[in-house]
Amino acid sequence: MTDSAIVLAEGESHFPPGIHSFDFADWFSGLTGTALAHMFTTITMVVWATVAILIIFFLWANRKPQIVPTKKQWMAESAYGFIRNTVAIDLMGKKDGVRFAPYLATLFLFIVLMNFWAIVPGIQISPMSHIAFPAMLAVLSWIIYVWVGIKTHGFAKWFKMTVVPPGAPGFIYPLLVPIEILQNIFLRPITLALRLFANMFAGHLILLVFILGGFEMLNSSNFFIQGLSVFSFAMGIGMTLFELIVILLQAYVFTLLTGMYIQGSLAEEH
Amino acid sequence: MIHAAEESGAGILFPIWQEMLVGAIAFGLLCFVLMKFVFPRMEKTFEARVDAIEGGIERAERAQEEANQTLEEYRRKLATAQEEAAAIRDEARATAEAGKEEILVSAREEATRIIAAGHAQAEASRQQLIRELRSEVGNLAVDLAGKIIGQRLAGDADTTATVDRFLAEIADETAETSGAR
Repeated sequence: MTDSAIVLAEGESHFPPGIHSFDFADWFSGLTGTALAHMFTTITMVVWATVAILIIFFLWANRKPQIVPTKKQWMAESAYGFIRNTVAIDLMGKKDGVRFAPYLATLFLFIVLMNFWAIVPGIQISPMSHIAFPAMLAVLSWIIYVWVGIKTHGFAKWFKMTVVPPGAPGFIYPLLVPIEILQNIFLRPITLALRLFANMFAGHLILLVFILGGFEMLNSSNFFIQGLSVFSFAMGIGMTLFELIVILLQAYVFTLLTGMYIQGSLAEEH
Repeated sequence: MIHAAEESGAGILFPIWQEMLVGAIAFGLLCFVLMKFVFPRMEKTFEARVDAIEGGIERAERAQEEANQTLEEYRRKLATAQEEAAAIRDEARATAEAGKEEILVSAREEATRIIAAGHAQAEASRQQLIRELRSEVGNLAVDLAGKIIGQRLAGDADTTATVDRFLAEIADETAETSGAR
């Protein structure tokens, strides 16, 4: 149970990186093994920091909203307006879009910033590479779209809409209905969580491979291999930029899919 | 069980419930603050902005209409003023024409009057001259006759009457001659 940042500082070799690289020590060693274990770690600290940054920024930027926005107000409005217009309203139309835009925007902002810690120097770990956080969000998305569906259509109609695809001939129902149930009710939240988790997990692992690998080569006694470490570090930097794209894309995908599921629950037929 | 899974590497797929709890509380707090205090206000701002823009367009249209009305009014006033000016000009021209005529008439009258006065005066002078000339000629004739006949005729009443008669005859003849002329 070691922190990768500490690993670098201590100069210990932890190459190659593995699943142990995602384990973060409890800040208070007395808590380890109790129910409060994992509650005060670098990971949870980063989660709280994410929430604090977002709350402080948005309250500060939108303190006195004006018709002609100030620069910070414009930034905050753009962040919200992006999801509001390109996801919520585009998917659900003006009325429902505006209704669900606040949740989807919050979701997107939360995921983006949580993911972004993966490339923040000194932190370089996203809480999203622990499946607990994507799973929590996926469960929440699942609750919302199921709840919206039941509230809009009533349980029976929503269930029928969800599990019986329209236009399919009757004889294929015995085959189709179990698949639809599996897909629409059970697999959706799992894929939602896994997609985000796996991307952030893999991203972190790749960065570790190149950066720790660079240090490993630098520590080598062979001068030639030491020289080659430059390429490893360069790849580390390149992969960091690539990671930035993944960060934004995965946050957008998660939000877009949640929006689509909610829209499916709202729609008359789908 | 989780520990065993960790050993095999599948542990990463099992969420740690403490982390889920922390995540749920943190995300719940974020949702509460943003969805209650931030985004609804932004929606209000968006609406206010739409209103402001639509209101602005409406105001601009109203101002445009007002400007058009004012322009129309000014054009109408200008046309009226031009008509009035033309009328005034015509009237002035008529008045001047009349004045000229009047002046000419009075000037002609004045001229006639002056000419008449001149004529009268000339006539009076002539009469006077004739009268003076007549007595002068009478005297001269008497003097001359006296000298010729050697006697003094001056002061004799008969003589004077004779001369007067004679001169009257001459005057008549002269008058007839000048009247014929």
